[in-house]
Amino acid sequence: METLAVNEAALEALDQTVEITADEMDKPEFKFDKTVGSIHSENPRMVMRNVNVHYGEKQAIHDVSLDIGANEVIAMIGPSGCGKSTFLRCMNRMNDTIENCTVSGDIKLDDVNIYDKKQDVVTLRARVGMVFQKPNPFPKSIYENVAYGPRIHGLAGSKAQLDEIVRNSLERAGLWSEVKDRLDAPGTSLSGGQQQRLCIARTIAVSPEVILMDEPCSALDPIATAKIEELIDELRQNFTIAIVTHSMQQAARVSQRTAYFHLGYLVEVGETSNLFTNPSHKLTEDYITGRFG
Amino acid sequence: MSSTTVFNSTTPHRDADAVNRRLKKRYAAERRFRLYGLLSVAAAITFLVILLSSIVANGLPAFQKTYLQLDITFDQNLLGIDDVSDSGQLISADYQRVVKEALKVKFPEVSDRRDRRALNALVSNGAAYQLAAMLKADLSLLNTSQSVWLYADDDVDTYFKGNIDRNIPESERRLKDKQFQWLDKLEAEERVKKSFNWTFLTAGDSREPEQAGIRGALMGSFYTIVVTLLLSFPIGVAAAIYLEEFAPKNRWTDLIEVNINNLAAVPSIVFGLLGLAVFINFFGLPRSAPLVGGLVLTLMTLPTIIIASRAAIKSVPPSIREAALGVGASKMQTTIHHVLPLAMPGMLTGTIIGMAQALGETAPLLMIGMVAFIVDVPGSFSDPATVLPVQIYLWADSPERGFVELTSAAILVLLVFLATMNFLAVLLRKKFERRW
Repeated sequence: METLAVNEAALEALDQTVEITADEMDKPEFKFDKTVGSIHSENPRMVMRNVNVHYGEKQAIHDVSLDIGANEVIAMIGPSGCGKSTFLRCMNRMNDTIENCTVSGDIKLDDVNIYDKKQDVVTLRARVGMVFQKPNPFPKSIYENVAYGPRIHGLAGSKAQLDEIVRNSLERAGLWSEVKDRLDAPGTSLSGGQQQRLCIARTIAVSPEVILMDEPCSALDPIATAKIEELIDELRQNFTIAIVTHSMQQAARVSQRTAYFHLGYLVEVGETSNLFTNPSHKLTEDYITGRFG
Repeated sequence: MSSTTVFNSTTPHRDADAVNRRLKKRYAAERRFRLYGLLSVAAAITFLVILLSSIVANGLPAFQKTYLQLDITFDQNLLGIDDVSDSGQLISADYQRVVKEALKVKFPEVSDRRDRRALNALVSNGAAYQLAAMLKADLSLLNTSQSVWLYADDDVDTYFKGNIDRNIPESERRLKDKQFQWLDKLEAEERVKKSFNWTFLTAGDSREPEQAGIRGALMGSFYTIVVTLLLSFPIGVAAAIYLEEFAPKNRWTDLIEVNINNLAAVPSIVFGLLGLAVFINFFGLPRSAPLVGGLVLTLMTLPTIIIASRAAIKSVPPSIREAALGVGASKMQTTIHHVLPLAMPGMLTGTIIGMAQALGETAPLLMIGMVAFIVDVPGSFSDPATVLPVQIYLWADSPERGFVELTSAAILVLLVFLATMNFLAVLLRKKFERRW
């Protein structure tokens, strides 16, 4: 009897969770035509200005501007469907593969517009690597998974050099000690967390400058997640990282700056410690206190 | 307390009996369903067994052939050879006469002209070619006497295979009473034997069942399938890859897709008409040639291969493409290195189905003249040829009793050809298949 009553109470509390609809967005406290906080970074690596993304008729990103600084981890948070993944995928033009997806605005990597006609998308993706939500190793051996990128980009002159790159990448992804005896084993035979670290090793093997991570831990258990987070912190020494995450704790743990997206708008961006303790926008506050999302 | 009542009112009443009844019903339904499945599988297997056993029972005798032993004298005068070194003379010599002479010696009592003819009819006229080949291989046989196993006529062969009843009236059977007497005599002297029918595997078609072989049709089928495979697999796979991976999704690609699907359902004889009009009449390619047959069958199998290949490409998880693109592989590299190997087993399955279809196809080949009576075994893609299913059709149409078993035997050969081809394809697919 007692437990039932408690459950009902819990259910009632759930029902009260606010669902903020587009109509409500027009209320003054929800206005976000101007992003709160500083979009600028001291030492910007990627500079994005007035980015709009449309899927056919539907606009997925509204006029977003943001800098990503060198050697910083920027976390992008927000409720499902807020456009954070879409925005991330603009940074290495993965959206090109989607039919009728159009991107406008400026996205610059080291002052070069990556959507310029002269920009080769293959070179761009070698410079801006990506780790996906679900671990997606190739159905090949562990060695081949890591060696594939360097091989197609001609990064290794000899077999020894390639071995060295593979070893180095696996070491930096914290996977070497676990797989060094079975490099010929299929990549898919690893556990979920190991597979994701293999994917990270595969990404860093082509020595990118920026690494994009699209919810890299959402399919992993807490221990594997902790390992990846540790890894992200180490990778920051050499790479610039943009990470999309659903977990606010994760954003707080790994990032220096955090950007909060809502319905395709960048609502607020700022120092992670600041944003989580003292959010300026009503929506940000509602989201990080768990009122919706 | 109140929450309990609310809970009870909204939950359906669980009655133990009702639950048991439902459970029983469900189990019965599952058992019934399994039974239906078993029955249909059993029905399919039964029909297959009946079909196969009847073909095997009918076809196996064709692999045996009756031979008659005669003492042949290679008499130079009878043969009409004056110059031994002239190979033309060796070929055109009158071997028939030597055979007749041997029969005359064997059965001196037969003097009547009509009886003579009946006696000579026991030996196949293919025996002459046998003797010619013997003499050509060994000239020292000239003017010697040899005991030779000659092909029996197809009626004699049919009789020794037990398919002529001696008890029916003489006028109604192919062999007459006198012929039976002569055969009985030969048999008593152990001058009749049955042994493996090499002719069936090494000769081309013939009007005489005992001289007819499958080799011509087999080679014709082989050349045709090679042309079909070499053209339809690369074209089909390339078309599928382009449509799936590179083509913009617009009205034109939709139109192409609809047309490909429709082509797969076009009656095959239409492709034959097309082949006749385009390849033979317009491009002037040779009639009855495996090259044209292969081209026509390529048109016919392309839709099948394209549809299967597209399905195989579609089933490759998009995450693999993203992974490859994410490390900076180009669209082309992604497709060739990752999508194609993963889609290959499915593509091969489609190709096997297409090739099996092509191998069993008759109608379009009739239109381009591959139904002609061709005795020579084709040696190239442009030689006149026929194919196994057409050969089966031709033999099934022939009146002689001997062709009945040849028809079944040809079906057996076709099945073996098909099984071998499929087996190779399965091996190939296993090689490409990655379980991880």
